[in-house]
Amino acid sequence: MRVIRDYGVFLQRCARIAFVGDWRYYAWMGALTVIVLLGLNAYAKQLVSGLISTGMSDQVSWGVYIANFTFLVGVAAAAVMMVIPVYIYDNEELHDLVIFGELLAVAAILMCLAFVTVDLGRPDRFWHLIPGIGQFNFPASMLSWDVLVLNGYLLLNLHICGYLLYCRYQGKKPAKWFYIPFVFVAIVWAVSIHTVTAFLYVGLGGRPFWNSSIVGPRFLASAFTAGPALIILALQVIRRITAYHITDKALLTLRAIVQVSMLINVFLLFNEVFKEFYSGNLHVVSSKYLFVGLHGHHALVPWIWTAITFNLIAMVLLVLPLSRSLKWLNLTCVLCIVGIWIEKGMGLVIPGFIPTPLGQIVEYTPSLNETLICLGIWAFGLLCYTIFLRMAVPIMQGRLSKANEGREIPGIEAAAQGAVDHA
Amino acid sequence: MPDPSSEFRVNPPGVDRRSFLRTSAVLATGLAAVAASLRPLMDLEDYTTVERFLQKYYKELTPAEMDRVLQRIANEVEKQYGIRPHVRDLKPMDGVEFVYALNLTRCIGCRKCVHACVAENNQSRNPEIQYIRVLKMPHGTLDVEKAEHNYAPPQVPEPGYFYMPVQCQQCKNPPCVKVCPVHATWQEKDGITVIDYDWCIGCRYCEAACPYWARRFNFTQPSIPKERINPDMAYLGNRPRRQGVMEKCHFCIQRTRAGRYPACVEVCPAGARKFGNVLDPNSEVAQILRTKRVFIQLKEEMGTSPRFFYYFDV
Repeated sequence: MRVIRDYGVFLQRCARIAFVGDWRYYAWMGALTVIVLLGLNAYAKQLVSGLISTGMSDQVSWGVYIANFTFLVGVAAAAVMMVIPVYIYDNEELHDLVIFGELLAVAAILMCLAFVTVDLGRPDRFWHLIPGIGQFNFPASMLSWDVLVLNGYLLLNLHICGYLLYCRYQGKKPAKWFYIPFVFVAIVWAVSIHTVTAFLYVGLGGRPFWNSSIVGPRFLASAFTAGPALIILALQVIRRITAYHITDKALLTLRAIVQVSMLINVFLLFNEVFKEFYSGNLHVVSSKYLFVGLHGHHALVPWIWTAITFNLIAMVLLVLPLSRSLKWLNLTCVLCIVGIWIEKGMGLVIPGFIPTPLGQIVEYTPSLNETLICLGIWAFGLLCYTIFLRMAVPIMQGRLSKANEGREIPGIEAAAQGAVDHA
Repeated sequence: MPDPSSEFRVNPPGVDRRSFLRTSAVLATGLAAVAASLRPLMDLEDYTTVERFLQKYYKELTPAEMDRVLQRIANEVEKQYGIRPHVRDLKPMDGVEFVYALNLTRCIGCRKCVHACVAENNQSRNPEIQYIRVLKMPHGTLDVEKAEHNYAPPQVPEPGYFYMPVQCQQCKNPPCVKVCPVHATWQEKDGITVIDYDWCIGCRYCEAACPYWARRFNFTQPSIPKERINPDMAYLGNRPRRQGVMEKCHFCIQRTRAGRYPACVEVCPAGARKFGNVLDPNSEVAQILRTKRVFIQLKEEMGTSPRFFYYFDV
């Protein structure tokens, strides 16, 4: 009974602290909430009118929802790029930071699930997907695999983060057997979520643009570029706002990961482009549409060249010592994230549908309502991540702990004061 | 700024009046904002009912339950369209495997099949949903990239072109069935791939998987003029669909499982369309497959093995 009571108090205090902060915190959370509500409103409209409120058609039957979903699976998978150095190579610098990567993975998976849900024509029938209650087409359908691996990954990360944070809160040493095995399962699992998501596309023989074995490796390479890049930025925000101890060396370790991944990513892209265009068989049409346009249709051409330019500039910056300075590193990270978001999202999903298997060219542009839903989900993800951090940072710092139950906890302001002292 | 220390206590010694009022105000504003953003849902009519929400999967319905479902469908159609339909659950016949053969030499591209199909199968008129797409192809190629979809000359056929109608190919190895995460589409033993419109979740994975672009999605609530409803309906066939689910050609199950030809076969003025039971050696389709020197399956290299054959008069 005491255990349950203790845990209840822990949850209650965590929930409470999520609603407490300085004016910047309230402004940030308020703005995100407004965007979430706008998205919710747009989704309510979509539920009434159907997916006709999007830019999708029978010709291009998946759009930005699935594009964002694909990108975010990569972000979630990228948490392993912090877990591996810490748990396999005993990296000291990243040790107390890995949890922020795992919490980002949780937020990313929540966004993924939201993006898939808004893409469904009949969300009221989601229960048909629940194994045991519905009709789960496992193992034949790659989508059923995706349901399993994504939810499994969510549970794994919730367990690892939740357990470690609760131990830290109680001031106890975590029992190794209760989380280390899960950490190692999660490493393999992270690779699996992005591989399965790649197979979702790769398995379709009727779509030559996707039906290529390089899609899986490219997914992983781009995920391990964009994900750690996002974490580099997130960590600096955490450091600035909460005075959490984060060394530049830790950021530079992540830079090394982004560096290698980006080189592999660009190399794989080059392989794909060569194979498509040099052999010149009829299956090149989708790539032609993407890179140079087809029969006067070239909606995606400016996008993909923006992505490639960003990726190449980022690659050069990553190789140069210049990006060891945080200012340049941050610019590089932004270029990586935007470049890969375009390339993995719109650049991967849309050309697969153009032209159709019957040779028709119908272009796709997301509608305003569709865009609002996407923004709402991104705001929802950021809201979740902010709340997770609002709980995790003081716990990791020892400012929110069992020892000070019933006593006041310093807010963000005091921590910021600490930052000044620290400096 | 109020004293922050009171906010961090788990159990404040006494509920502070100001903080209580403020919490209530924040909560009320939040709830009002959520309610306001969900306001469009007020227009949601007839989205689902308890009965429809809880309806079991087609293959798990007992005969008695199926009767009730058919009754419900008939009532709904009558309410919506003012006509009492005859809805049946027709099962595949033993010893029957349906096959389609289409004579490319004869097809003149008139699209009568397209419209007969729409009328027979209660397809939405707005937005327009059609199961058959007729491709206008330049002589000498089967490359669909060269096809014209929206041809509209004063007269067909045009010299220098042939016409290739494409619809669901009723594959023996259907990619759409494999990818469906909820078994909402499957192949019946007479070779027809069907959809349980009451089970489909609308993920459109099958639409992405189909190499023949044969599947259609109801992007909104379909609309059919009342006087155009075909009341002769089947559960897995032409009963009206709802918003958010897939549909496609099912070889006119409501006709063919009752011994009639599909609507597209009946209407074809050129005699280009042949349909029948390939297991019956005397059927027209069996004879065509036996005697024609050349016949093809579209995109044979996909390994889908269509039950839809294109042949030529040679």
